[in-house]
Amino acid sequence: MIRIGIDVGGTNTDAVIVEGDRVLAGVKSPTTQDVMGGVVGALTAVLETSGIEAGAIDVVMIGTTHFTNAVVQRRDLAPTAAIRLGLPATASLPPMIDWPDDLKRTLGGHVYLAHGGNEFDGRPISPLDEAELLGIAEEIRTKGVRSVAIASVFSPVSADVERRAGEIVGNALPGVHVTLSHEIGRLGLLERENAAIMNACLRDLSSDVIAAFRNAIAQAGITAPFYLTQNDGTLMDAATAERFPVLTFASGPTNSMRGAAFLSGVSEAIVIDIGGTTADVGSLQKGFPRQAPMAVEVGGVRTNFRMPDVFSIGLGGGSLVVDMDDAVAVGPSSVGYRLTREALIFGGDTLTASDIAVAAGKAELGDASKVAHLSPDLIARARRKMMEMLEDCVDRARVTPDPLPVIVVGGGSILVDEPIGGLEIVKPEHFAVANAVGAAIAQISGEVDSVYSLAETSREKALEDATGKAKDAAVAAGAQRDSIEIVDVEDVPLAYLPGNATRIRVKAVGELNVG
Amino acid sequence: MSGEKGFLLTEGDLPALSIGAALLGTGGGGNPYVGMLRTRELLRKGAQVRIIPLDALPDDAWVGRVGSIGAPIIGIEKISEGGECHRAMLAVEEASGIRMAALIAAEIGGANAMVPVITAAMAGLPVIDGDGMGRAFPEIQMTTFSIYGEASLLSALADDKGNVVVFRKVTSALMLERLMRTATVAMGAGAGAAGAPLSMEFIRRTAIPGTVTQAIEIGATVLQARAKRQDVVEKVVEKTGGGLFFTGKLVDVRRELTGGFMRGHALLSGMGDWAGSEARIAIQNENLVLWVDGEPKVMVPDLIMNLEQETGEPITTEMLRFGQRVSVIGLPAHSLMKTPRALEVVGPKAFGYPEILFTPLADAAA
Repeated sequence: MIRIGIDVGGTNTDAVIVEGDRVLAGVKSPTTQDVMGGVVGALTAVLETSGIEAGAIDVVMIGTTHFTNAVVQRRDLAPTAAIRLGLPATASLPPMIDWPDDLKRTLGGHVYLAHGGNEFDGRPISPLDEAELLGIAEEIRTKGVRSVAIASVFSPVSADVERRAGEIVGNALPGVHVTLSHEIGRLGLLERENAAIMNACLRDLSSDVIAAFRNAIAQAGITAPFYLTQNDGTLMDAATAERFPVLTFASGPTNSMRGAAFLSGVSEAIVIDIGGTTADVGSLQKGFPRQAPMAVEVGGVRTNFRMPDVFSIGLGGGSLVVDMDDAVAVGPSSVGYRLTREALIFGGDTLTASDIAVAAGKAELGDASKVAHLSPDLIARARRKMMEMLEDCVDRARVTPDPLPVIVVGGGSILVDEPIGGLEIVKPEHFAVANAVGAAIAQISGEVDSVYSLAETSREKALEDATGKAKDAAVAAGAQRDSIEIVDVEDVPLAYLPGNATRIRVKAVGELNVG
Repeated sequence: MSGEKGFLLTEGDLPALSIGAALLGTGGGGNPYVGMLRTRELLRKGAQVRIIPLDALPDDAWVGRVGSIGAPIIGIEKISEGGECHRAMLAVEEASGIRMAALIAAEIGGANAMVPVITAAMAGLPVIDGDGMGRAFPEIQMTTFSIYGEASLLSALADDKGNVVVFRKVTSALMLERLMRTATVAMGAGAGAAGAPLSMEFIRRTAIPGTVTQAIEIGATVLQARAKRQDVVEKVVEKTGGGLFFTGKLVDVRRELTGGFMRGHALLSGMGDWAGSEARIAIQNENLVLWVDGEPKVMVPDLIMNLEQETGEPITTEMLRFGQRVSVIGLPAHSLMKTPRALEVVGPKAFGYPEILFTPLADAAA
C-alpha cells in the first residue's frame, strides 16, 4: 500500500510518500493562505521527488492545525446555538458559562436549557419535551443560526435522549448542522458540551477546508480516498472529519510523536520535536503519546478531549542567542520562519541557535563562513545552555527511571548531537518530516467510556463488553478487524456510587482497511 | 448584628479559595471548579457574602450547615439545579422552628468549601470563617460537630427535582450517614444536605477556626508563586507551617472498591533529597497515611497534601497518574481533631490501620 502523509502547519506543509514501512520521499514546502495551493504544491513535489505516479497512491492522510488555529484566532467561526438537556438539574450553570467573552460574542451567545437527560444509572432526569425543543428550534430558525450543539446529562452512559433530541431539532431545521456531545467527549458535562459547541461552530469552516483538501488532491491527479488525523494519532475519513473537525485539535504534536516512533522503530521513548520557535516534548508509550490527565484549554475554553500530554519550551532552530555578562540566553524569542533570511548563516544579522550549531561544526546549513568569527567560548556556553534546557525538559517528561532513548525530530533537530541527560539520542532518517510520516502511518481507533455497575455484572464481563464495543467502534471507523489491538484500558471505581459503579474506558486501534 | 467584622468575599478571592480548598481536601473532597463558577455567577449578579470570624455573633445565634452529598463524578456531570442546599436549609428551619443567622461548612476541603458560600449568597446570610474538619473526610460523623456531641441530628436532603426529605429522629450520626446515602442514591447520587442548627456557643467551642481565610491564603500563595515563577511547594510550606515530607515520581497506583469506598495506595519513587527512597500513601478518597521507606511519617487526622511539583496544583486521588511528580506536604491537624475522642473517629485505627499509633506532626506554626 502506498500512502501519502501531509502535515499542514502554520509555516510549512510537509509531505511524505510511504510504501509499507519505507519512506520513499519527503518534502517541505511553504503553507499558503488558501491552504489548497500549499497542499497541491507539497503533493506535486513529493510525487515528483519519489517518481511515483499519482494513480498509484492508495490513500492520503492529512494532519492539520487549521481548526485549532481558527478557534485560537476567532476566525471563520459560525454562530452556534447550544442546547442542554437536563432540567431541572444543571440550571445553575448554563452553557458557555466559563467561555472568554470575545469567543462567546463571536458565536452569538445562543444558549438554551431544556428538559431531558439521564441520571448516572440511566433513569431519566425528566422526560424529553418535544414541544419545548420545537420552540427552541423555532427561535434558532428565526435568528438564522445554522449550527447547533446538543449536550444531555450522562449522554456518554446513555445517548438515546441526545440522539432523539438531535432528530427532533434536525427535522425541524433542515440543512442545519447538529453536533451531539456524546460523539465527541467524555464524562464531565461542561467540558463535553464545550467541545460540542466548538465542533458546531467549526462546521461551516470544515466543509470548506475538507473541500479544499479534496480539490487539492484531485488537482494533483490523485483519486485515492483521504483521511484526517485526530488528536490521538488515529484517522477519520474525510466525511467524519467534516462532521467532527474538533477531533483534529492537537493532532500536530501527536503526529510528530507517532512519526518519531515509526521512523526510529522505538515505541517507548521520550520525543523532542524541535521546530523553528519551540520544542515540543512528550513521552511515548506503546508507540502512542501519553494522554494528558486533566482538562485541557483550547482558545481559553476548558475541554476534555483526548489530548497528548506534551509541553513546549522556547527552544528552536530560530531561537535568538543573546550573550550577556555572565550568562547566555537562548530563546524564547525566535526569528521563526524568517530563519532563512535573518540568521547569520543565511546572510542576516541575528545570532540564532542554528548559527551556533553550524559554528560548532555540528550541522551543515547555510554559509558556515558567516559564523567563523564567533568566539569558541560563546559557542561552548550557548551549546551548554541548550543542552541544559533539553535535559530539563527530558527529565520532566520521563515517566520511568528506566533509561529510555530520546528521539529527536523536526527541522530543528540539528541543534542536538549528543546524549541528553545521560540518555541515548536517536535521530532517525527523515526526521525533518516526522509530522507527515506520523500522519501517513496513522491507524484507526474506536473508544468506549462508560460506567458499569459491578453489582450486576462481573468486572471481567464489563471489561469484555467494553472491549467488544471499542473494537466494533474501530471497525465502524474503518479498521481491519483482525489487526485491532487494545492499546489502553482504564478502569476507575467511582467512590460513593451504589452497585460498585466503575468507569471503564477502552481504546482499540487497528490498521486502516483500504479498498 | 455581624457588624463590620470579617470581610466581603470578592470574585478575585475565588480562584485562590478554590485551589486552597482543593489542597485542604488532602486528595479528596471533589473538585471545587464547578462550585467556584456557581459562586462567581451569584457574585456577578450582585449577591454579597460576608465571611465572619467566630466571635462575630452572640452565643444564642443559630448556625446552619450545608454541603453537597454524593459522588464527585455526579457533581461534574449532573450540575446542580442551584437551590438544593437552600431548600434543605429551609426544611431544617421549618422542622426546627429556628432561623439561621449564619452558615458554616462541614468541611473546608474540596468542593464543599464553596457550598455554604453559594447557599449564603441565596439566603442573604454570612458564612463563618471555620468548618468542622479543617480538611476533607468522607463521612458526616467525622466532623468536630459530631465528635463533640451536637445536640440534634435533625437534617434534610433536597434534590434537583423538588424532593425534600427531612430526617427527624435519627439515633446516631452513623445511622444518619446511612440514611442520607440511601436517599441520595434515590435522588440520583447527588443532593444538597443541611444539618441541624448549631448554637454559636457550640460552634465557638468546636469549629476549626479560620479555615476559609486559610484556604484563600494557601491558594493565593500558590497563584502568586506561580506568577512570580517561585518554588510553589516551598512557598506553600512556608505559608502553612507544614513540612515537605517527600518528593518523588508516582510509579504505581492501585485502587479497589471495598465497602463502597475506593481504597488503595500510591507508590512514589524519590527524587532530589529523597533519591533512593520510596514512599507509599494509603488512600480512601483522601490521603490517609504516608510511609517513607516503610516508616509511617504522616497519618490522619494530620493532613497529607499532594502537590504537582512544578505548578503546585493539588493532585486528587482520582487524578493520580503514573509519572506525576509529586511533592508531599504534611500539615498538622487542629488540636480539636487530635483529642482521644476525635482520634477514635478520625485516627488511623478508624480508617483500618490499627497497627499505626497516631504520632502527631509537630506544629511548626505554634
